[in-house]
Amino acid sequence: MTDAPIHDDGATGTAAPDEADGGEVTMVLWRGDATGGAFTEYVLPAVEGEVVLDVIHRVQATHAPDLACRWNCKAGKCGSCSAEINGKPALMCMTRMSELPEGEDVVVAPLKTFPVIRDLVTDVSYNYEVAKRIPPFNPRAKTEDEVEAGGYRMAQIDVERSQEFRKCIECFLCQDVCHVIRDHEENKTSFAGPRFFARSAELEMHPLDVTDRRAILQKEQGLGKCNITKCCTEVCPEHIKITDNAIIPLKERVVDAQYDPVAWLGRKIRRRTKGTVEQAAATSPATGPAAVQPEDHPPAHGIPTALELDEVDEVDELDELDDGPMVSVAAEPTGAPMGQAGDTPPEAPSPADG
Amino acid sequence: MSEYETHDFDVIVIGAGGAGLRAAIEARAQGLRTALICKSLLGKAHTVMAEGGAAAALGNVYPEDNWKVHFRDTMRGGKMLNNWRMAQLHAQEAPDRVRELEEWGALFDRTKDGLITQRDFGGHRFARLAHIGDRTGLELIRTLQQKAVADGIEVFMEVKVLRLLRDGDDAVSGVVGYWRPTGEFVTFTAKAVVLATGSIGKSWMYTSNSWESTGDGVAMALWAGADVIDMECVQFHPTGMVWPLSVRGILVTEGVRGDGGVLRNSEGRRFMFDYIPPMFAAETAKTEEEGDRWYDDHSAGQRPPELLPRDEVARSINSEVKAGRGSPHGGVFLDIATRRSAEDIRRRLPSMYHQFKELAGVDITAEAMEVGPTCHYAMGGIRVEADSAATTVPGLFAAGEVAGGMHGANRLGGNSLSDLLVFGRRAGMGAVEYAQGRTGEVTIDRGQVDEAVAAALAPFQRQEGENPYDLQSDLQATMQSLVGIIRTGSELEEALGKLEELEDRATKVAISGGQAYNPGWNLATDLPSMLTVSRAVAQGAVNRKESRGGHTRDDYPKPDPDMGTVNFVQRIPVGTGGSAGAGGTPSVTTITITPEPIPPMPDELSALMELEEGH
Repeated sequence: MTDAPIHDDGATGTAAPDEADGGEVTMVLWRGDATGGAFTEYVLPAVEGEVVLDVIHRVQATHAPDLACRWNCKAGKCGSCSAEINGKPALMCMTRMSELPEGEDVVVAPLKTFPVIRDLVTDVSYNYEVAKRIPPFNPRAKTEDEVEAGGYRMAQIDVERSQEFRKCIECFLCQDVCHVIRDHEENKTSFAGPRFFARSAELEMHPLDVTDRRAILQKEQGLGKCNITKCCTEVCPEHIKITDNAIIPLKERVVDAQYDPVAWLGRKIRRRTKGTVEQAAATSPATGPAAVQPEDHPPAHGIPTALELDEVDEVDELDELDDGPMVSVAAEPTGAPMGQAGDTPPEAPSPADG
Repeated sequence: MSEYETHDFDVIVIGAGGAGLRAAIEARAQGLRTALICKSLLGKAHTVMAEGGAAAALGNVYPEDNWKVHFRDTMRGGKMLNNWRMAQLHAQEAPDRVRELEEWGALFDRTKDGLITQRDFGGHRFARLAHIGDRTGLELIRTLQQKAVADGIEVFMEVKVLRLLRDGDDAVSGVVGYWRPTGEFVTFTAKAVVLATGSIGKSWMYTSNSWESTGDGVAMALWAGADVIDMECVQFHPTGMVWPLSVRGILVTEGVRGDGGVLRNSEGRRFMFDYIPPMFAAETAKTEEEGDRWYDDHSAGQRPPELLPRDEVARSINSEVKAGRGSPHGGVFLDIATRRSAEDIRRRLPSMYHQFKELAGVDITAEAMEVGPTCHYAMGGIRVEADSAATTVPGLFAAGEVAGGMHGANRLGGNSLSDLLVFGRRAGMGAVEYAQGRTGEVTIDRGQVDEAVAAALAPFQRQEGENPYDLQSDLQATMQSLVGIIRTGSELEEALGKLEELEDRATKVAISGGQAYNPGWNLATDLPSMLTVSRAVAQGAVNRKESRGGHTRDDYPKPDPDMGTVNFVQRIPVGTGGSAGAGGTPSVTTITITPEPIPPMPDELSALMELEEGH
């Protein structure tokens, strides 16, 4: 290793000139701060086997030592180096240069949804503020058997549901891509975002947790504003099915909590007249509310037992009778622009969460 | 000079990995005003990288497991250089710390009976590692992070701490640092300070550590007059990826060699056959044919030399590279592609296959990997009192990788996560007890603050000078080649000379741009820590004239029983330059080093070392 290249070798080390394959890469990087900025071009020798973050580090080492960029593990596990690469939200450490169009400029911009601090670094404190508002984990007491065994008993199959969401590396790409806050800054005060819906889903499905978060999700965290366009799922580097496995089941639980036969009948009748689910989902994010006051929701969910899972399925089946699977329920609190007021059942006037 | 932003707490914890979070949770639980300060965002610390699990004798899989066996395994792994009291507390308390995580929301993988399941790992006699797939570290940090948020602990994110402040020669009374987003300086006063800043790996070219692992805690403790021990004990993995850059530092499991992978040099030669030491000759294959028969039928031949002990493999790789027969990027080739079918490789090594495919576009079923020794973990660190995690400086505590002693000369896999939990909590308790007993007003010395700030800002004053990135890279090359996995006296002396040059160059670093989120400047303020810990490691390695655990000397290839009873203690004597180490002027060149005897182990613990093998 005495012969290893040492010059032209940046924060993580870069290649000596003889490693370059003869070509060039042009990096077009946003430089600036809260007061404004512009894209700046950097031309570097192309080097085989790099990810975008490696090239950014070479820019720092050889061209712009003060180029701001956030990163830690460089292995796709910490979620620090989120940016918009050629317009697509992604982790810089997980985007290989070889998978980008050859010979074309590589454009890297900071996340659009959060305020810029400097260059590629944004102020993601919104996410940390939302995290504080999630009701914390609240486990049931141990049984006598568990006290004796020294720990809780949970079946592997039951922990796996929440484990999916605990894979989250908090890169906030899902938050960045979500139209509800990406295009509507004003929604940030009333919308938790996909990352934190996944967190709530994790807790709701946690075999030990006994807190009922449904009212808060609907009233304070804007679950109803999500119109399930699945953008969050598409950008998730951990491939968590945020929409299908977290948000839609939460919406179902919220509806379940609001269930009242007369209201249900009313909603069913109106829905037939208000257009298809697809139309609703295709419209821009709702700014208005469609929430129903969950006045007398059932007692807190305990362990999601097999029995309880069956009950959830039954709800699905009920709705499938006239509306098709799942999405019908999901569409319910979406609050499509058409007839927001009429979308709210008269039996339970909306408290308005927008 | 203007006033600095200032905060006052009972306890401040520096570092928000597993140990720091656990310490802060403990201090907060006891009602103290507690703050957590971290160099990155909350939840990004290097703890997320831990995969295997947290070692704890829960006895869920093997009821016969207990703390005594775990203690014995840990001491054996550490080649008896461990602080035995730490190893004892660790083994005794790890099970409760793991169960506690479950009460805070962690979801470990389960046994059939619904309890936390445990996996086997090298050096542990029983399956002992509580885990969540291969992302145990993430689960641990997220659980602690969420608990800390729920408990209302104040977190100061993206603050780089420059220096510990001492009340004269007395207790630590606070710290000074700067906000990375704005570059504004900030001071904290505290009755007690816990260091939980993690590793030192960024001083090497090939490391699995992140940019944060610049040894800030060890360096600041030294500058403040604290003792550090056994800094020479650094764990290297013989086969980390050295190329492509996108995966540099990522470890390649020994399983690749166990499943038929072989090491080749630039001439294509399977060189391990040239390095079979006499003591292993009888149990190692003589020819490639014999070695190849062994994979399918262990009775048909002796095992191939690629499966010699870790240090033998590392030494052989080292020799080939130094003889000029290395791969283009300073490693050697690890080839499984020509040895096994693509289907076999994907089936037997799925995570290796996917990791390299996804991160680097490298298809290990089609091409050889370029691997070399990679810095992974620091066993040495700040000297602490086992029960309270107190350092030798009043008011200063340390836990996790920054502390020394727990792992002796070599750490067992899985013992780092449990270490964080056990001693993070104890450091929190120690800090609370100290803070509650501290009387009188806690003040910080404005002179020390101004000095640290001036040193940090010095690089902005120079129009021309050293590029901090070049300096870092030269330091990494020096440590990699001269203070790496295999060491010799002459090279270590050479390293000390080079470090002196680098320390001198570091006083000439020049920075452009402003103070707000300026990575070049941030690196310039990390360099003093990196240089100080590098010197401590090199000095320790010069003095420990033996091979033990993670420390291997080519010129002293065997353990020396006399050296096995001492810690090498390093310190900067008060008044000889400790203050000069802060900020941007790393002029500390006088760190003293002395061997000090390890206290004898009590008989009841010594007796445990004789426990019978086998289940």
